[in-house]
Amino acid sequence: MMIKMMTRNALRHKLRTILTILGIAIAVGAFGLLRTVITSWYSAVEATANDRLIVRQKVSFIFPLPYSYREQLLKVPGVEGVTYFNWFQGVYKDKSEFFPRMATDPETVFDIYPEWIVTPEEKAAFQNDRSGCILGVDIAKKYGLKPGDVMNIEGDIYPGQWQFTVRGIYKPRSNAVDGTQMLFHWAYLDERMKTDMPGRAGNVGWYSVKIGNPDEAAAISEVIDGLFANSSAETKTETERAFNEGFIAAYSAIITAINTMAFMIIGIILLVLANTMIMSARERNTEYAVMKTLGFTGKHIFAVVSGESIFIAILGGLAGYGLTLFFVQAVATFVPKNMFPVFILSPVTITLEFVFALLIGLLSGVIPVYQSVKMKIVDGLRYSG
Amino acid sequence: MAGLVEIENVSKSYDKDAESVAVLDNITLSVPDGEFLALMGPSGSGKSTLLNLIAGIDRPSKGRVVVGGVDLGSLSETGLAKWRSTHVGFIFQFYNLMPVLTAFENVELPLHLTNLPKKKRSEHVARVLDIVGLGDRVKHYPNQLSGGQQQRVAIARAIVSDPTLLVADEPTGDLDRHSAEEIMTLLSRLNKELGKTIVMVTHDPHAAEKANVQRHLDKGTLS
Ligand SMILES: Nc1ncnc2c1ncn2[C@@H]1O[C@H](COP(=O)(O)OP(=O)(O)OP(=O)(O)O)[C@@H](O)[C@H]1O
Ligand SMILES: [Mg+2]
Repeated sequence: MMIKMMTRNALRHKLRTILTILGIAIAVGAFGLLRTVITSWYSAVEATANDRLIVRQKVSFIFPLPYSYREQLLKVPGVEGVTYFNWFQGVYKDKSEFFPRMATDPETVFDIYPEWIVTPEEKAAFQNDRSGCILGVDIAKKYGLKPGDVMNIEGDIYPGQWQFTVRGIYKPRSNAVDGTQMLFHWAYLDERMKTDMPGRAGNVGWYSVKIGNPDEAAAISEVIDGLFANSSAETKTETERAFNEGFIAAYSAIITAINTMAFMIIGIILLVLANTMIMSARERNTEYAVMKTLGFTGKHIFAVVSGESIFIAILGGLAGYGLTLFFVQAVATFVPKNMFPVFILSPVTITLEFVFALLIGLLSGVIPVYQSVKMKIVDGLRYSG
Repeated sequence: MAGLVEIENVSKSYDKDAESVAVLDNITLSVPDGEFLALMGPSGSGKSTLLNLIAGIDRPSKGRVVVGGVDLGSLSETGLAKWRSTHVGFIFQFYNLMPVLTAFENVELPLHLTNLPKKKRSEHVARVLDIVGLGDRVKHYPNQLSGGQQQRVAIARAIVSDPTLLVADEPTGDLDRHSAEEIMTLLSRLNKELGKTIVMVTHDPHAAEKANVQRHLDKGTLS
């Protein structure tokens, strides 16, 4: 009976209720989307290994390290493997078409990064072609590229015209792994440097070092940095996760702003629903007074009033969840994959959406419940004349 | 022998802007079991206030209200609510039905405070709807019923938990002559056939004639 009353009460002003539900839905949906943006950033970071160290130039990431460091790194106790990268960038088709393009060592890169999955045949084909490249599946799909296709890229960091042949497609092991990169032979880059710009030959952007035991990450990092201390190219070594977190830290102000916004939206809609509920409860003062006259007590009034707002909030939460699914799907479909390599609705976000819907329902009922319960029967009855 | 309702030296005043306005002044009244009492008097004389005190939805400033041997002043708010649910039936001028509930559900509402099983509840509801002559309107919502019919639903709601005392505040005040007549006949039957004690406030002399005792309230004092 209480349930009947609260649901029917909720539907009494259909337009008002629909608008309120819509408001909650949009708020919850927006909250979900904003949270997904943030969690997607973080989940990309969390997916990165902590058994890999990134060794880079101490002063800045943009200064290179000598190729000769490779031998020394391999000799450090606890190091199981070493690969290396150069950030190549360049322009493919159009300046706005951005995706990571990197030179690397084809012999070791897939041992160090097992989360980029290639078939043995394609891996061999890539290794055997000096101008071959491997593409992430998302990029291959986007440009309709398949093995055997030629890619022409205009160099910017490394000037000139560059031609590559697609030799394979890698698949990310999970949807938290970036599937938008292009990888090619470091040797291909280096031999061109030797003839065109000898000063830049033998340079490596950064080393990626696989270690046997993640617990030794700090100790090994220290050994490595000690190795090159006081040289012309000192190093800074940290885990890949810490390295990526460093990137995110640069955006921390934006993330804080987005987070604040997400919670402010929830706060605003809480006030809106509270206002609606106060209005509705006031209109029903006489009814609640009559219920009390009949012998119903505070807990019954609480159930009816609060049940109504929770009912509305949960409907809004469900609709908002639907909206989030829709938004996330839309972003995944229409926003270029490389802007958000990873874009997934996390279970925590979904849970938070429903928790907030429920909280909105509960809290917005507090004032009207308090007023209705406190109201003296005779005052409530006098409203009707 | 003490009456069902005993009002002893009851005064009631309201505080308005630091000033205290006396509404009832030292009233003593006894309503024997089985009586049908009509309370009359000019507007603002305190009739509703007195009725609310008898029904236990308001408390006196001074004096005692004893109903069926229970001193209402000794009950807590929850105790009083529970007492009302079993001992008093209410009939209002504007019916005060729940607009979102059907006639049947409105009558059933007070029974949700008991632990009667659903089947028993339905039996009780059907029985009282028959008594008020609305057996065929159970699925209607209040706004689909005439004023007279709504008041009959309200009367059914008032008697469904079989209280000893019925209080009615201008039960015919919002009705046309014909409907008012029907309602008064019904109340009179409840009094005679089911032995309900009724305290009714009314402005209508016709209605008051159905009662067996009439009392007049003027400026807070009974005559
Ligand atoms: N809650 C209240 N606060 C302040 N004054 C009140 C309150 N309730 C009633 N009064 C005052 O008490 C007086 C008596 O009111 P009451 O409603 O009992 O009159 P009544 O005889 O029922 O009148 P009517 O015939 O118009 O219904 C009025 O002057 C009214 O203004
Ligand atoms: Mg009155």
